[in-house]
Amino acid sequence: MIEFEIPKPIVMNNTALETVAINMMRPVSRYFDEHEHEIPWDYINFMHMAMRATGAGSLAPTERKKKEGEEEKERPRLGYQSLAHMLEMLAWGDCGMYLVTPGGGLGAAAVEAAGTPEQKEKFLKRFRGEKPVFGAMAMTEPQAGSDTSAIRTTAVLDPATNEWILNGEKIFVTAGHKSLCESDGLVVVWATIDPSAGRAGMRAFVVEARTPGVTVSKLEHKLGIRASDTASVVLQDARVPFDHLLGSAEVVREPTTKGFKGAMATFDATRPLVAATAIGVARAALEMLKEMLAKQGVTIRYGLPRQKLTTVEREVIDMEAMLRSAWLLVIKSVWMADNRLPNSKEASMAKLRAGDVVTKITQRAVELMGPLGYSREYLLEKWFRDAKISDIYEGTGQINRLIVARHVLGYTGRDLR
Amino acid sequence: MYSFEPSEEQKMLVESISRFAQNDLRPKAHDADEENNLPPKLIEKGWELGYVQASIPEEFGGFGERSAVTGILAVEELAWGDLAGALAILTPNLFATPILLAGSESQKQTDLPPVVEAEWQPYTAALIEPTFDFDPNDLKTSAYQEGGEYILNGKKTYVPYANDAEAMIVYANLDGQTQGFIVPKDTAGLEVGQRQKLLGIHALPVYPVTLTDVRLPVDNRLGGPDGHDIAPILDASRLALASMAVGVSRAALEYSSDYAKDREVFGVKVAQKQAIAFMIAEMATEIEAIRLLTWEAAWMVDTGKPQASVQAYLALTGAMDMAMMVTDRAVQILGGHGYIREHPVELWMRNARGFAMLNGLAIV
Repeated sequence: MIEFEIPKPIVMNNTALETVAINMMRPVSRYFDEHEHEIPWDYINFMHMAMRATGAGSLAPTERKKKEGEEEKERPRLGYQSLAHMLEMLAWGDCGMYLVTPGGGLGAAAVEAAGTPEQKEKFLKRFRGEKPVFGAMAMTEPQAGSDTSAIRTTAVLDPATNEWILNGEKIFVTAGHKSLCESDGLVVVWATIDPSAGRAGMRAFVVEARTPGVTVSKLEHKLGIRASDTASVVLQDARVPFDHLLGSAEVVREPTTKGFKGAMATFDATRPLVAATAIGVARAALEMLKEMLAKQGVTIRYGLPRQKLTTVEREVIDMEAMLRSAWLLVIKSVWMADNRLPNSKEASMAKLRAGDVVTKITQRAVELMGPLGYSREYLLEKWFRDAKISDIYEGTGQINRLIVARHVLGYTGRDLR
Repeated sequence: MYSFEPSEEQKMLVESISRFAQNDLRPKAHDADEENNLPPKLIEKGWELGYVQASIPEEFGGFGERSAVTGILAVEELAWGDLAGALAILTPNLFATPILLAGSESQKQTDLPPVVEAEWQPYTAALIEPTFDFDPNDLKTSAYQEGGEYILNGKKTYVPYANDAEAMIVYANLDGQTQGFIVPKDTAGLEVGQRQKLLGIHALPVYPVTLTDVRLPVDNRLGGPDGHDIAPILDASRLALASMAVGVSRAALEYSSDYAKDREVFGVKVAQKQAIAFMIAEMATEIEAIRLLTWEAAWMVDTGKPQASVQAYLALTGAMDMAMMVTDRAVQILGGHGYIREHPVELWMRNARGFAMLNGLAIV
């Protein structure tokens, strides 16, 4: 049966999160935008406490543990659907602050997607402790962004100590500073164990805070999402234990693209979630636009033919259709993830569409509000700046178009470069 | 809960319609368009698939229950085959579904069985008017009451099969409200003009209809003397068109993708060029997005959500833009060949333009 009813537990969660967004994010949104690199500890501590209490955690949904004597009951899996709703609402509050939500972020998501059960236990436990702890993923390098197989950071095994020695420079590490310097967190670092092997050489390594040889060398100054730190991380003979390589031991030294595929599988899971945050920003902008218009006495007359609509009405109606349809792409792709259906195409569709929609909606909202839209008195201009990153990180709109095209055409990466 | 999985029954229906669309509708589409004519056997076969009958309850001559979700799944497949053929097969539904949705008990008893129980017959409806800003909620065709009768005056356009329709529903403005009136064949003052020629859907015969002091008993007002709410009828019309737009667009995407994978350019396939591949990715994404928007709108109609009308309106708004974009690109991907009538993409592009003005020509 085709259904669109938001699951009950998610509805309850949403109400709570909306309160957080309204009371803990919006009031300080402007402040943290204008004070880049200051950390919103009030929000972080509150969220950490709340998430500990409710059991909500990392970006990847954890399986609910069965209590002793509890009967086996088939429940619908809602993990990714809950996360999509949660992140949409937090990003609606503030997209930069949502990125500093403790719980492990993309780092934990990678461990969850590619780690062994032992690794998950070892690395993810920290996110449920007393203090808020952060996690990050380090893929991009100065010379390699979308072309992830071109990374140059190396990992060499020291047979004497059975440790990996990491060398290289990572940039654009979201929450990298908080993960390495502000908490006992971790960064999942992608490196190659064989630079001549391309994708087959790629592996993911867990690098913990306070690892000698790991330094945060720079914090970026950005167009938007300024509450979130974007760090450069330098690895200089940084040593990590053998089992910090994510995945089972037998694939460690074999030439295999499993590592690369692991990264890509992580993206299938995280792309719809990043798309959800784009939708949150777009919804914030559209709602504020409609409120401001309503104050000016402009009501939107749904049901009229285009020829009878004003330009403003037409714009708003188009934006609503865009926003809702893009959100449904997100929901479908996370629903597929929860039902263990391959969702690579749908995840990329959701991501590329959400990136388009949020940039269009925020740009138009600023335009339609004229001098009010351009003013920093309102948040519309901030969301215009925040929005653009959604079309870039976690796979640019162009990379996602490539992926969708390959699926539609039945092409491999070699057929369509 | 969310679910994107049609029911087993819906899947079976879609499958049988899909077979018909592929084996019967599509192969006839080109000639039908060139000859401005659909083979009667084709329409009869489509009618016999029983989608309309299955949406009418047993007591009124059908064998099922109406579901907007089932409806949009069905008409998407038909439109994928051929839009003109789909509209022709479903024309009697323009008469039946409004009566089911808004008719009085006696109208349902009297008027539904002759439509549903028989072979395909030209029952139809007249909503669209020949003005550039035609608005179904602000009709120029007027109705007023005089004694025991309603008197209708005005001009209608694009009325399918009006020339030999057994009966039609004519929508008119009664005190600012759009209301339907059941007008039987040969009613005095009802004049059907010459068949009209349109940009697309050539194979569907459509006619202008003029009403001059057409007098109807009060019982012929849809819903009886107290009338009816027009919103559910317009919602159902918008849903039908939106999902037909998805069907046409899917056809265009598939055809142009296949072409691009076959045609060589500069030593590779056309589809291997990012300029083309990106267009295809965007077409596929947009089709899927609007499809889901339409699904949700239909689900909202079925579950009686208060926002259903707005959502159905948004779905059609999004769908008509999407269909225009997708079919235009399909023609572009074929290049010069796309402009030639041997390939179907130019037909789909002409058909797609219609979704902005054909509100009232289909209903689920």
